Amino acid sequence: MELKSNAPAGDIQTRWERHRFEMKLVNPANKRKYNVIVVGSGLAGGSAAATLGELGYNVRCFCYQDSPRRAHSIAAQGGINAAKNYQNDGDSVYRLFYDTVKGGDFRARESNVYRLAELSVNIIDQCVAQGVPFAREYSGLLANRSFGGAQVSRTFYARGQTGQQLLLGAYQALSRQIADGKVKMYPRTEMLDVVVVNGRARGIVTRDMVSGKTEVHMADAVILATGGYGNVFYLSTNAKGCNVMASWRAHRRGALMANPCYTQIHPTCIPVSGDYQSKLTLMSESLRNDGRVWVPKRKEDVGKSAASIAEGDRDYYLERKYPSFGNLVPRDIASRNAKEVCDEGRGVGPGGLGVYLDFSDAIKRLGEAAVSERYGNLFEMYERITGDNPYKTPMRIYPAIHYTMGGLWVDYNLMSNVPGLFVLGEANFSDHGANRLGASALMQGLADGYFVIPYTLGHYLAQQKFEPVSESTAEAKDALRSADDRIKQFLSINGKRSPDSFHRELGKICWDKCGMARDAAGLKEALKRIPELREEFWKNLRVLGSGAELNQSLEQAGRVADFLEFGELMCNDALQREESCGGHFRTEHQTEEGEAKRDDDKFTYVAAWEWKGVGNAPQLHKEPLTFDYVHPSQRSYK
Amino acid sequence: MKLKLHIWRQPNQSAQGAFADYELGDVSEDMSFLEMLDVLNEKLSADGKDPVAFDHDCREGICGMCGMVVNGSPHGPRKSTTTCQLHMRSFKDGDELWIEPWRAQAFPVLKDLVVDRSSFDRIIQSGGYISARAGSAQDANATLIPKLDADTAFEAAACIGCGACVAACPNASAMLFVAAKVSHLGHLPQGQPERYSRVRKMVSQMDAEGFGGCTNHKECEAACPKGISISHIARLNRDLVKAQLTAAEEKAVSEGAG
Ligand SMILES: Cc1cc2nc3c(=O)[nH]c(=O)nc-3n(C[C@H](O)[C@H](O)[C@H](O)COP(=O)(O)OP(=O)(O)OC[C@H]3O[C@@H](n4cnc5c(N)ncnc54)[C@H](O)[C@@H]3O)c2cc1C
Ligand code: FES
Repeated sequence: MELKSNAPAGDIQTRWERHRFEMKLVNPANKRKYNVIVVGSGLAGGSAAATLGELGYNVRCFCYQDSPRRAHSIAAQGGINAAKNYQNDGDSVYRLFYDTVKGGDFRARESNVYRLAELSVNIIDQCVAQGVPFAREYSGLLANRSFGGAQVSRTFYARGQTGQQLLLGAYQALSRQIADGKVKMYPRTEMLDVVVVNGRARGIVTRDMVSGKTEVHMADAVILATGGYGNVFYLSTNAKGCNVMASWRAHRRGALMANPCYTQIHPTCIPVSGDYQSKLTLMSESLRNDGRVWVPKRKEDVGKSAASIAEGDRDYYLERKYPSFGNLVPRDIASRNAKEVCDEGRGVGPGGLGVYLDFSDAIKRLGEAAVSERYGNLFEMYERITGDNPYKTPMRIYPAIHYTMGGLWVDYNLMSNVPGLFVLGEANFSDHGANRLGASALMQGLADGYFVIPYTLGHYLAQQKFEPVSESTAEAKDALRSADDRIKQFLSINGKRSPDSFHRELGKICWDKCGMARDAAGLKEALKRIPELREEFWKNLRVLGSGAELNQSLEQAGRVADFLEFGELMCNDALQREESCGGHFRTEHQTEEGEAKRDDDKFTYVAAWEWKGVGNAPQLHKEPLTFDYVHPSQRSYK
Repeated sequence: MKLKLHIWRQPNQSAQGAFADYELGDVSEDMSFLEMLDVLNEKLSADGKDPVAFDHDCREGICGMCGMVVNGSPHGPRKSTTTCQLHMRSFKDGDELWIEPWRAQAFPVLKDLVVDRSSFDRIIQSGGYISARAGSAQDANATLIPKLDADTAFEAAACIGCGACVAACPNASAMLFVAAKVSHLGHLPQGQPERYSRVRKMVSQMDAEGFGGCTNHKECEAACPKGISISHIARLNRDLVKAQLTAAEEKAVSEGAG
């Protein structure tokens, strides 16, 4: 299979403009004749459904929460990037493009990234017009901050609730289309399968999560905007319901899954406190601006209280190893170093999985009031969860899975290799390469939904002839039957273990063997254990109740079943990629300084996997990447 | 710690519900309230009993999905805290907890602690937005917005739509929810063109959904996990008066009489 990116050639700065001109248009009067399905109502899906509805298409939009306003995008805290250069500090579309390609460790498609940087400025305009209350200066102008180590202040924010405000903007735009009858919304509805007819995506199978009714929805195109797969690790900063089901079902119907091993770990999360732990809470990265990270120098001291460990017995390991960046090294480096000191037995707190983030120097230097002004709400949140007061004792932090760069393969038009199946937002693999910069996920979701799909969808529709297909087409009936059978199977196994217990076990395997650092031996072990666990799942699962009611264990069983297949692919991808890049760190491949070591000669490609059946080796397809503008270099933070 | 739980069990919307009693030992004070329910559910499933259904997603206090009444208080005893952010250290060994769903005519119970809040969505659909077509926006800094207005709009916009205000109100009114949106958009220059039609439509949708009227009990403000102020309700009322005055005028214009 040849993977055609369909990215325009020529001068990168005019690629999107030229492409827009070359794309076919759907006549305004004809738009209402097209039916479009959007699965997901987060920033990507919500903005897409609203915009397509406004253009005149007939849209049906689905989400698993009780309201589109609750998609996981709502939890994003820090902000959204845009190359507005309102600060006059040297930013430009080209610089944002450059930073994103470099930040992605040279594993993203240049054309897509340039377009993203270009559209970023329109996003801010659009959001302000919708009433998104971004932070402002006393002048009444928009405020910006520098985020995640960027050298320019290009991040727009709404206190620590940027994702919430952006999502409410999209949700309100969507609500207007719902009221106008252009979008029909299906909340509390999960997508169980894609229906492919004559090689093209023509519909989906869904389950009403209240009545349990499964049904088929047919359309002319299907858009998936179903978010990331971070919950394959069980513990992550994602919402509990985040899942890979929609992407995975599409994968099983032929869509290629790209770079699943590219996962991002966030260094400052609240550590696990016990076996009952259900999720991890992110603490804003800004804390590292003033907090100092340390662990005891000696293993013997880990049980002591922080206060009783003398200054000379503390190891401020980031400051020691990276004198010029200190506590502000990039996310992956901060995370890996925390793991390293914990592996050495010097971690603090329950289970030894934590490092201190200490504000006592900042309090001495700035005073408690100033520290509280900056971080008061975060300290409060920390205290609420842990019962510790960070003004008095240092915080404990530990890395956690936060974002997934991999996802379904898409071309420049955001269409997968299955014609008519488009993928937006975190669910696709397209823009962040092997590592995402802070505040760029929100940007990507909204660029995809407001400004890319409205053009590329029309281009696809205008080129096709659509024979009418009904819910009773053989392919649709088959897909519905197999979804029903699967539900029956979950309910009939009648074993001993809950879906949650399988999920936890899978998560632990993935975290231990395919988490912050990976090696061939560990990955091979995971590849042995995951299929075993999957086998047990299908023999020993217990789901009570019936399919014809609100049944949360049944919902979870479906998600875990897919994670059990997906986890295996993720490990295969990590094993295949014999290099370190971005969020993928293979311990066999590091520089003498302990930095990720890429192998550009061999691995400058997108790894896109084709499904070959449960337990069969997936087939690898490669999309070669070229870098005509930003030339690969090795990063160093010493 | 050990707890005695009385939890509302109701198989579906049309069934009669009742409290069921459970004992739960080994509850750690570091658990969140929902993790305590997870533990209970694992235990129930192991015993072959139907687990308790409850809504949740982010477990970070931002999505607004979770919510239950604990000992009479929506989201439990801690101020400005959603159920998912409530931790068991707020309770002590031997405590007895009564856990029930939001109670309001406009929020029918779907199962156990899960309620249907789609009435909130329909209120937003009736006018809780600014009509801004993608592609038509001017430069984001072209209109200056005084910081105070932007900050006030933000505070109102922080509403997570959980419904605790309704659950807390003796009249089951949705006034705080509606006022928060009216105030958020009404504080911004972009929200002015639709300001009065918005308040009129949203309030009339709220009434149509079967929410009660506001008689100033202020319970909503106390229960709101995001601390949304009832001053927004006063503002809504002022806008509403004006909206009713302008309604007749608008109608005449739109019918061509002007
Ligand atoms: C705690 C946290 C903080 C973050 N902070 C930032 C930040 O400051 N800046 C930044 O840029 N990024 C941040 N991110 C990342 C960013 O929030 C996400 O990548 C982004 O919001 C994803 O948007 P989305 O629209 O692709 O998916 P989501 O918002 O996850 O939406 C997915 C949608 O799909 C639906 N769905 C999923 N599966 C199914 C199914 N099977 N059937 C039906 N519907 C389904 C869901 O209901 C939902 O509507 C953060 C992430 C986390 C976890
Ligand atoms: S689960 Fe999201 S607010 Fe509680």
